[in-house]
Amino acid sequence: MTTNPRFPVRLDLKQGTVDMSHGAGGRAMAQLIAELFQHFLDNELLAQGNDQALFTPPPGRLVMSTDGHVISPLFFPGGDIGSLAVHGTINDVAMAGARPLYLAAGFILEEGFPLADLARIVESMAAAANAAGVPVVTGDTKVVERGKGDGVFITTTGIGVVPEGLAISGDQARPGDAILVSGFIGDHGVAILSKRENLGFGTEIQSDSAALHELVATMVAAVPDIHCLRDPTRGGLATTLNEFAHQSQVGMRIREEAIPMRPEVAAACELLGLDPLYVANEGKLIAICPGARAETLLAAMRGHPLGSASAIIGEVVADPLHFVQMETRFGGGRVVDWLAGEQLPRIC
Amino acid sequence: MKYVDEFRDQRLARGLATAIAAEADPARQYRLMEFCGGHTHAIFRYGVQHLMPPNLRFIHGPGCPVCVLPMARIDQAIAMATQHQVTLCTYGDLMRVPASGRMSLLKTKAAGADIRMVYSTQDVLRIARAEPERQVVFLAIGFETTTPPTAVAIKTARAEGLTNLSFFCNHVLTPSALHTILATAGPEGVQLDGILGPSHVSTLIGSRPYAFVPREFGVPVVIAGFEPLDVMQSALMLVRQINEGRCEVENQYSRAVTEEGNPRALELMAEVFKIRPSFEWRGLGFLPESALALADAYADLDAERRFPVSLGESREVKGCECPAILRGVKQPTDCKLFGTVCTPDNPMGSCMVSSEGACAAYWGYGRFRDQQGARASA
Repeated sequence: MTTNPRFPVRLDLKQGTVDMSHGAGGRAMAQLIAELFQHFLDNELLAQGNDQALFTPPPGRLVMSTDGHVISPLFFPGGDIGSLAVHGTINDVAMAGARPLYLAAGFILEEGFPLADLARIVESMAAAANAAGVPVVTGDTKVVERGKGDGVFITTTGIGVVPEGLAISGDQARPGDAILVSGFIGDHGVAILSKRENLGFGTEIQSDSAALHELVATMVAAVPDIHCLRDPTRGGLATTLNEFAHQSQVGMRIREEAIPMRPEVAAACELLGLDPLYVANEGKLIAICPGARAETLLAAMRGHPLGSASAIIGEVVADPLHFVQMETRFGGGRVVDWLAGEQLPRIC
Repeated sequence: MKYVDEFRDQRLARGLATAIAAEADPARQYRLMEFCGGHTHAIFRYGVQHLMPPNLRFIHGPGCPVCVLPMARIDQAIAMATQHQVTLCTYGDLMRVPASGRMSLLKTKAAGADIRMVYSTQDVLRIARAEPERQVVFLAIGFETTTPPTAVAIKTARAEGLTNLSFFCNHVLTPSALHTILATAGPEGVQLDGILGPSHVSTLIGSRPYAFVPREFGVPVVIAGFEPLDVMQSALMLVRQINEGRCEVENQYSRAVTEEGNPRALELMAEVFKIRPSFEWRGLGFLPESALALADAYADLDAERRFPVSLGESREVKGCECPAILRGVKQPTDCKLFGTVCTPDNPMGSCMVSSEGACAAYWGYGRFRDQQGARASA
């Protein structure tokens, strides 16, 4: 960065903290934007310095999605709130089969938040956006008084374009369809739990936070008639399957044995009394496609690094009650219901 | 998962199911009460009931600490948080238990009270140390299993001179509840042919305290572990006792339970707690010598003394059958509220809250079977 005559004293990214002036619209805010956000997120549209990004969209149907990120802790094994905010919105856009184009980011910062942490988060965001090829082209910053926020909240909005011929939607599941998952479930939730201050267990589990749009592109190229795609974030696999069942007015049957799960995640969930089917993921997707196309789709997914542990876990069935049922390892059957409240550990 | 998967093995389950089906006498009824919510949970989660012959039925017992805590105690905890502005710490399952006036700890927290969910008593100690300006109260609940950790926390608070920490003790004792259920059993109450005895509780108190069950009531007991194969093996052991006319306390959970229990933990409990003359249980009423309070030597750490509250009358939701369900007299589906206004998202009674509660287990895992059964028989 060259010395900017507007800001003779550089922002102190080592010792400095966010103060109210950083959101007040004056010189301090301009400096924060220039030396931190524009510096790291550097791209042509952002460099225009306007309150909006101006571009011509490519032909096709556009999709748009937004996602607020309030994760605690801000830094966790396998990522941080910055990379998560990029991946989360890219994935929401991509689950329509879309190619994500641009992101917008809104930051709500708490007074007193270390600028060093903010720089680390924005740098990580920039790295994630660069790796995904989806730039952050416009943004906003607000500051709230100490105690009124939790360090930093980030809302990202994304737009993308859907290739011709795709009709992917949660209401498209049909009896006879196959249900696929793109890899090990529960990694993100367990990685976060392991770092919460009141759960001091050591684990090597990394969050699976990742941008899935390239995996999706591979999948729709191989099987254009995919019926449903969704990333099972909060509420996990169980919640997403219940959403599909409800939207499509069908039932689901899954096999516990077929669901990919790391032994460490299974063990952590056992210890904490959690059901891994309800634990959050940030780099996995669930796909539903015609049964006859399942093996083709599985092969395409396994051919991509983010889908190498993909599996067919069950099938869509006709069921007026729209239940998700699971054949357990034990040989019994159970309903996999919507999550009630938060998932809470059992006490005895 | 080593040491877990072995107890959920499908092949062994089939073997046990075959043995039970072969040995169960079709002319008899086998009404077996599983005492603990942990058993109930395993029975539903793994579909154990459906591996049993039709004349062997599991009757769900009261062994779910969240379920048996009377509403008045939750009201009292809420009043401590609101009238004295204390920091109230408790285990997660309690947060959604219905209190009077459609309140709960979760709603009280949302209204601004400082109520925090903890995973262990170590969290409570940490909070009390970190925030000396706050008065911290631990809402301690549970059967004998969770009592020693509370005892250790109380002793630690004393040793460290943590004057801002106190304990709202709701620990309850298993044998007294079992006695009440059996004493009220019969044509009017629940009819029982055998009992699957507590597993984790028994690691503490041992198998000896159940000797009164066969002696006074002529009902056999098998202390049963919480894994599905434990439950099935225990059911088989009960079937054999009943068939052979034996009536004794047997121990299926021998990998963890001994006859005398854990003497060190029992000593610790005896030092820190005293037995209350009487304590209210949801569904069972006031039971003599069924709960613990802080011993006189630790009375200064007793939150009930430190934060007296004024309370209105605690009222259960009209129509809620939790009391009868906890005694084993009714099933969740006998309750008019079940699945209509009372669901895990909006629990009216405590049995719908904890995953160990009969209603929550029934709703979460069992209702498909019932719907299927209803359609099959329609």
